[in-house]
Amino acid sequence: MEAIKGFFNLVADPRLFFLLSVVGLVLIVWKREAFARLSVGYGLMGFLAVFFLFGMTDENFVLIIAKPDNVPIVALIFLVVFFTWYSMREAVLNDQRVAAGEDVIEKQESDRVWVWPDLVYTELIALVLCTAVLVVWSIALEAPIEQPANPANTPNPSKAPWYFLGLQEMLVYFDPWLAGVVLPSLIIVGLMAIPYIDTNPKGNGYYTFNERKAEVTLFLFGFVILWTSLIVLGTFLRGPNWNFFGPFEYWDVHKLEALNNVQLSEYLWVRGLGTALPDNILVREGIGILLSLAYVTVLPVILARTVLKGYYEKMGPTRFYVGAFLFLMMLSLPIKMFSRWLVNLKYVVSIPEWFFNI
Amino acid sequence: MAKAKSIQPQAGALERAWNWLTETQIWTSVFRHEAPISDRNRVLVMLSNVFLHLHPVRLKKHGVRLRYTWCMGGLSFFLFLVLTFTGVLLMFYYRPTLEYAYSDIVGLREHVPLGIMREMHRWGAHAMVITVWLHMFRVFMTGSYKPPREFNWNVGVIMLVLTLLLSFTGYLLPWDQLAIWAITVGSNMARATPFLGYEGPGASLLAIGDVQLIHAADDARFALLGGTFVGEGALLRFYVLHCVALPLVIGFLMAVHFWRVRKDGGISGPL
Repeated sequence: MEAIKGFFNLVADPRLFFLLSVVGLVLIVWKREAFARLSVGYGLMGFLAVFFLFGMTDENFVLIIAKPDNVPIVALIFLVVFFTWYSMREAVLNDQRVAAGEDVIEKQESDRVWVWPDLVYTELIALVLCTAVLVVWSIALEAPIEQPANPANTPNPSKAPWYFLGLQEMLVYFDPWLAGVVLPSLIIVGLMAIPYIDTNPKGNGYYTFNERKAEVTLFLFGFVILWTSLIVLGTFLRGPNWNFFGPFEYWDVHKLEALNNVQLSEYLWVRGLGTALPDNILVREGIGILLSLAYVTVLPVILARTVLKGYYEKMGPTRFYVGAFLFLMMLSLPIKMFSRWLVNLKYVVSIPEWFFNI
Repeated sequence: MAKAKSIQPQAGALERAWNWLTETQIWTSVFRHEAPISDRNRVLVMLSNVFLHLHPVRLKKHGVRLRYTWCMGGLSFFLFLVLTFTGVLLMFYYRPTLEYAYSDIVGLREHVPLGIMREMHRWGAHAMVITVWLHMFRVFMTGSYKPPREFNWNVGVIMLVLTLLLSFTGYLLPWDQLAIWAITVGSNMARATPFLGYEGPGASLLAIGDVQLIHAADDARFALLGGTFVGEGALLRFYVLHCVALPLVIGFLMAVHFWRVRKDGGISGPL
């Protein structure tokens, strides 16, 4: 028992957790034919069910999972895993049909049916089921109400509503102006830009993977890993002082975590060149500023001429640059994560004087 | 030999009552056609009913399959209706002031027998966030944002943001520890807004001589909260946004969204 709990506590560590989910995504995409099997779907849902049932025997686990506002996230885990599997399965089945020279299933089923009764009754049943679930849920679980608001008593940890916890988790790696303002705005802009950047005419109106490999992989990376799994991490695995706690770990307020993060400028001047930090801010942070600028200006050009040459030719300069910029912004989170984990890098550019840290 | 006399079987009492009812002037004034069991009436029911006319008359078979749609868009809309209904009921009992907000919420539990309206509202809101995400997930995986539906995808993204804002503004209203600290954490981000937040990069550049234009009492966070902390101003602001402003905007966009689904060729499918 303890060994199993210890194993899950270990695996849930953000570093391992993130690495494993990326490996998982690569496996899903690469071995999608195997992933699409029914047995895998049943297996995944069964594993989750057993995991949560097993977890309910642990008091620390129950404390987090059974918090009323966290219940929807348990549901979210099941739903996201299920629909990721399900949509990949539909895509693989369609790809197999195409490979066998048949039409995709949506094309085969393109003869028309009457909205009354076919659709209207489906809707009615869905509404009745949805209402029933909501009523049972509401009777079974009371909405939380804590002590009256008290501005003088800050709870530890203080958490945003659950759907923003992915963003709050980003605060570990970025300052508020990026994690709380710029990156969320870019997520919205990026989502809105998708139809204008993606010029691939295929895969319109049916599930497929082979016809839009890069798009689907990127979306799964963004939605399932960066968005959903960071929400799960922020909700279940972040305790007092936003320290990490395994799912079966006690939330110890006094848990100490070494703060040994170092700025890039300190790496360069103090540790690299053995001198004091220059007084001039721009000189001090010059290398970080140049790196950051190069990341969004030079790197897209290099990509356009090398690995992503095909995309550049298909998309044209404007679409390519906007797409590459958004892609690099999305990638900046894992880059910051890994530079923190591997070399304890805190900020690439650190100008607290101007509230400007990257 | 005499022919056997054929006797019409007498219609049952229920059938006769039904026939009488559907021929009354009241009934025929509401329903302009017969039951939708013939093709003609299946067309008419869609054309003459304001609620059903969101639908086409016929649609492609894959479009009614849960396998294709996951029903997530429909459930999001339905949950919005549930939230509107339960929200109106809650508004009867709730006063958005520091004095009453918390005790009104406690009162909902203590004084209303079998009251589950607050539960329905809260769990329904959480569920709606999830169904909206999954709807978006489905739309992406079927490539349904591609031409000619680019604009409708954008309307959807804005409604996603509005859904989150609706949920966020509602989170404050119970005025308990959970509420104010979640909103404090969330709204603290606004003070780091570049240029417009007083702890944001570039804000110090906006100055006339020695006078800072952006400070704690006029920055982006102040605009959101109606104060420098989550207090009475924030409660009223969030209440009005939650109950009036945001529902109006999202309702308007829903009309656009559904209209465009139809105008862009109905539910997506292989071209």
